[in-house]
Amino acid sequence: MSHLPAVLAMHAPDGFLEPGVALVTAVIAVAITALGLRRASAELGDRQVPLAGLAAAFIFAAQMFNFPVAAGTTGHLLGGALAAILLGPWVGSLIVTVVVVVQAVLFADGGLTALGYNTVNMSIVTAFGGWAAFRLLRRVMPANSAGVVGATALAAGISVVLSSAAFSIEWLFGASAPVAFDTVFGAMVGVHALIGIGEGLISGLVIAAVLAARPDLVAGAADLDLADLSRPAKVGTRTFVIGAFVATVVVAAVVSQFAVDNPDGLEKVAEDQGFIDSARDHALDSSIFADYATSGVDNASVSLAVAGVAGVLITLAVGYGLLGASRLGRRPEDTSNKIPQNA
Amino acid sequence: MGVGHGSAVDRLHLGGDTVVHRLAAHIKIVATFAFVVAVAVTPRQRVEVFAVGAACVVALVALARIPVRVWLTRCTVILPFMTMAILVPLVGGGEQTEVVGVSLSVDGLWAAFNIAAKAFIGASASIVLAATTPVTELLEGFTRLRVPRVLISIVAFMIRYLDLLVGQLGRMRTAMVARAHDPRWLWQAKPIASSAGALFVRSYERGERVHQAMLARGYTGVMPDIDSRPQSGTQWWVAVVAPLPVVVTLIVGML
Repeated sequence: MSHLPAVLAMHAPDGFLEPGVALVTAVIAVAITALGLRRASAELGDRQVPLAGLAAAFIFAAQMFNFPVAAGTTGHLLGGALAAILLGPWVGSLIVTVVVVVQAVLFADGGLTALGYNTVNMSIVTAFGGWAAFRLLRRVMPANSAGVVGATALAAGISVVLSSAAFSIEWLFGASAPVAFDTVFGAMVGVHALIGIGEGLISGLVIAAVLAARPDLVAGAADLDLADLSRPAKVGTRTFVIGAFVATVVVAAVVSQFAVDNPDGLEKVAEDQGFIDSARDHALDSSIFADYATSGVDNASVSLAVAGVAGVLITLAVGYGLLGASRLGRRPEDTSNKIPQNA
Repeated sequence: MGVGHGSAVDRLHLGGDTVVHRLAAHIKIVATFAFVVAVAVTPRQRVEVFAVGAACVVALVALARIPVRVWLTRCTVILPFMTMAILVPLVGGGEQTEVVGVSLSVDGLWAAFNIAAKAFIGASASIVLAATTPVTELLEGFTRLRVPRVLISIVAFMIRYLDLLVGQLGRMRTAMVARAHDPRWLWQAKPIASSAGALFVRSYERGERVHQAMLARGYTGVMPDIDSRPQSGTQWWVAVVAPLPVVVTLIVGML
C-alpha cells in the first residue's frame, strides 16, 4: 500500500454511516455551499466563475500530485486548509466541495448518499477549521512571510486531524459497524495526525512559493505589507518533519491513552456476553473491543471533550515550539525553492 | 459551456446508442439518486434486497453495453474502504464466531457485508451514469434540476481546465526528474510543493486572463446558454421505476 493518504482521504462510500447522519450532514453541506456561493459572488464578482473554476481545477490536480513520504511511499494533498488560506474559507470550502462532488458523481469516488458527510469532512471542516486555526496561529506568529508559512503548515496539519475528529463524531451518531467511538476516534486521529504532517509541510511550502511570486494572492496574508511578504521564507524542512513527527507521536499517545483509560465498553460487553476470557486471548489489544458507539454516548462524549481539547492544545503548544526550532535550524544553503517562471 | 473533448473526464463517457444512453440526463440523475438512496436505507440483514439491487446494476450494465472489464476496473475506487470493512469483523465487539480459527464479530461481519454491498451497488450506479452520459449533458441535467447555474459554470470550468493543469504538473515533474530529482522522503518534497505553488499562481493568473477574454466577448456575469437543446427521452416514469425493485422487495419483506 504505497499510497496511504488516498486510502484514508475519507471518500466514504454509500452506507458507511447511517441515513440520519447522511441526511443531516447533507443539509449542512447544502446550506454552507449556498452561503459560500453568495460570499464568492460578493468577493470575486463576475470573476468568480473563471477564478473559482481554475482554483478548483488546481485543487483537483494537486490531489493527483504525489509527494514522497518515506522510503518510496507517496501521499497526496487534501487541500482544504490550503484552499481556505489562499482564497478565504468561503471560496475555499466552495471549491473543495466542487471537487468532492465531481469525484463522487463522475468517478464514483465517494458514494452519492455519502456526499453530505464527505463534503462536511473533506471540505467544510478542513476549510473552516483550517482557517480558524490559521487565524489563531497568526496572532502568535511573527507578522511576516515566515509567520504565514508556519501558521499555514500547522493549520493545515490541524485541519486534517479536525476532519478525522469530525468523522469520528459522525460515527458516534451513525456508526454502521460495532466499533466503539473511542477506537474510531483514537485510530482516525492518530493516523490523520501522521497524514497531517505531510499535509502541513506541503501546504506551508506551497504558500511559501505563492508568497514569493504573488503575495497578493494569499487571502490569509491580506493584512500584511506585500514588500515584507515577498522576501522568501526559509523553512528548515527536515527539522519540521522530524519535529512534527515527534509531536504527533506524543499527541497520538495522549489521545490513545484516553481510549485505553476507558475500558468500560469492553468490560461491560465481555461480562454481559460471558466471554471475557476469550476476549483477553484475542490477538488484538483488548482496548479495541467495545460496545456499540451509540450506546456509550455519555462517557464517549466526555472523553471526546477531554481528548479533543488536550490533543488540540498539545498540538498547538508543541507545534509552536517546533516552528521556533525550525526557524533556528534553517539552512542558509537551501536554494531549492526556485519557482519555474516560464508561465 | 465549452467542456474540452478527449480529456480524462470525457473519457469517462463511453459512446453508445442504448436506451440508457438516450434517456435525458436530468432523469438519469434523479433515477440514479433514487436507486442509491433506496439501497442505502436498506437494513443490513435484508440480503435479498441487496441481491435485487445488485441484479438491477448488472441489468443496467448489460443494457448500457458497458464492458464488464471497464465496470469492474472503475469499481476499484471502493477498494480502500473495503480494506477497512475487512478489519471491522476483527476489531468489532459483540457476539463472536470462529471462522478458520479466527474470532470474528458477528455484528462486524454484518457491518462489513453492509458496507461492501452498499458501496458496490452505489458505485456501480454512479459508474453507469457517468459512462452513459457526456459531461456536458450531465451539467445541463443538473441545471435542469435547479442546481445554481453559477455552481455548474464553476464545475464546467474546473473540468475544462483540469487536464491542462495536470499536464502542466506533469511537465514540471518531468523537468525535475530530468534534473535528477528523485525524492524518497517527506523532507525532500520541497521542489514538488514549490511547483504546486507555482501551479496555483499560473492557474489563478490563467483564470484572470480567461476572465479578461470573457469580458472582451461580452461576458456579463452569466454564462450564455449555448448547449441547451430540446430534450428527448424525458421519460419521468423511469426515475420513479428505478428504485422500485429495491423498494418493493424491501416492503414485501417487512409485511
